[in-house]
Amino acid sequence: MTIEIPDVKKTWTNPIHAVTIGATAQEGGTRTSTVTVGGETTLPFYHFEGEMPNAPAIAMEVWDVPGEDWPDAVKEPFSDVMTDPGAWAKKCVDEYGAQLICLRLKGCDPNGEKKSPEDAVSATKRVLESVGVPLIIWGCGNTDKDNEVFPAVAEAASGENCLLGTITEDNYKTLTALGTAYKHKLIAESPVDINMAKQVNILAMDVGFPPENILIYPSTGALGYGIEYVYSIMERLRIAGLKGDKVVAMPILCDIGIEVWGVKEAKAPETEVPEWGDGKRRGPLWEAATAYVYLLAGADILIMRHPEALQMTKETIDRLMGGGA
Amino acid sequence: MILIGERINAGFKDIARAIQEKDPELVKNWAVKQAEQGADYLDVNIGAASKKPEDMAWLVQTVQEAVPTKISVDSTNVEIMEAGLEALDGRGALINSTTADPGKLERLIPLAAKYNTSLLGVAMDERGSPPDADRRVENGAMIFAMATDGGLEPERIILDPILMPLKFMQEQVSHVLEAISQYILLSDPPPHISVGLSNIASKVTERRLIVRTFLVMAMGRGLDAAICNVMDNEMIAAVATAELILNKEIYSDSYVRAFTARRGP
Repeated sequence: MTIEIPDVKKTWTNPIHAVTIGATAQEGGTRTSTVTVGGETTLPFYHFEGEMPNAPAIAMEVWDVPGEDWPDAVKEPFSDVMTDPGAWAKKCVDEYGAQLICLRLKGCDPNGEKKSPEDAVSATKRVLESVGVPLIIWGCGNTDKDNEVFPAVAEAASGENCLLGTITEDNYKTLTALGTAYKHKLIAESPVDINMAKQVNILAMDVGFPPENILIYPSTGALGYGIEYVYSIMERLRIAGLKGDKVVAMPILCDIGIEVWGVKEAKAPETEVPEWGDGKRRGPLWEAATAYVYLLAGADILIMRHPEALQMTKETIDRLMGGGA
Repeated sequence: MILIGERINAGFKDIARAIQEKDPELVKNWAVKQAEQGADYLDVNIGAASKKPEDMAWLVQTVQEAVPTKISVDSTNVEIMEAGLEALDGRGALINSTTADPGKLERLIPLAAKYNTSLLGVAMDERGSPPDADRRVENGAMIFAMATDGGLEPERIILDPILMPLKFMQEQVSHVLEAISQYILLSDPPPHISVGLSNIASKVTERRLIVRTFLVMAMGRGLDAAICNVMDNEMIAAVATAELILNKEIYSDSYVRAFTARRGP
């Protein structure tokens, strides 16, 4: 007996915006490669139903100061380069295959090393000189300091078509103005809240920033730490976008590494919890498993830390995109 | 909610004059204004201003030059309808409209298939306007059946139960609500359901209040489209709010603004 499988294919009315990050010499920048994400006309990896023209891309995280609080398992691959953001970025690209670099300006934090806007500019320039991939530049998270640092950084990276972040419901005017003036893309952040995710996009649009230049960062939780809440928000955003709500039809970014390497399942050494097994293997696996979940929820850019996790995730993306075994 | 902007209709004197004098700027101005309000379709109707199919083609082309919005080609005359469809540049469109007349359906359904448009069917037959909910359902079901037999998916069929003036035919308005409740049972997914919204407010003093009150009540029954005055901001705000209550749009604090921006520039 043959069972007829009903045709459940859906037609969606609206594609997700495609966003390109980076600019080559021809486009007014100095990048040797660019990354385009988004452009989906269907849910993640539903190749039978629609198009997913751009594979999700992976950025690796580089700081403007050494990652002192990084657990040993994830510090070790970078221990020789953490004092120099340029060398750090170069290792990520040349040895580990990062498609983008996420420069996190942690050192600018007024509760930390209090680095100046000039220091941030020099870190940015170091990374731009050292690698040819596009850049994500992420502020320290202190609103006032970020608003002081970003004008200098955005200008220093003018023409490079970077992805700057983040704008929030309470702080979007400086970065939207800088994004417009120096032609950068922006990350719109919201705290695991779909209504605020939509609101911040509207606010940016209302000051004239085009929705096509925004990526949504709905916050990220590590596996075991609220991942299901973020998953359903990403899913709802994507479905609403595909159904025609252009205010949320953006690619989605997930900040994986920083979250995963803050939870005990990833960072606890084997000496502390022997029953959890090899600490060096467990952390990367936790990071990769977290990444897989977000890929299925609709992630377009993943920011990651451990080279092994990146490698596993890349292979998974290849398989899900229809390549490999 | 599918909003079909009613303004480019020769029933309005400025549009009638623009058609006769071939004044594109006035038409384009209305196209842009309605698109900015979040209209999903712009209705285009040469009405009594002209009987020439080429005037419909001109009007469609003029609107297309101004905005990327989908077009509702509005005529009761099949030749004029086809001239409008022929002028389309490949964007989405709507045939507005057919009645529950088999002869008319046999001509218009193949046109909807050929030009890949949606089809709006008003629940009227040779006996005239429907007197009750049952006749509306009977006619709507007949249009729906012929259209699906002709290859149109339910999503491409829009049924109009015919809204009457509240002031003159008060009991008919409740029949319209009842018919909407029946239409959504026709299939899964159901056809779209639309009304000519301004009809309800003929010669009344509280025009806009009546329009938007009916609209949200009808949305509660399943209405998901309307040919209407999209320049009415209070109506738009009411629709945006109703969409949230029906959980069709994602809430945000600026949701009214988000509603008009949702279709993008």
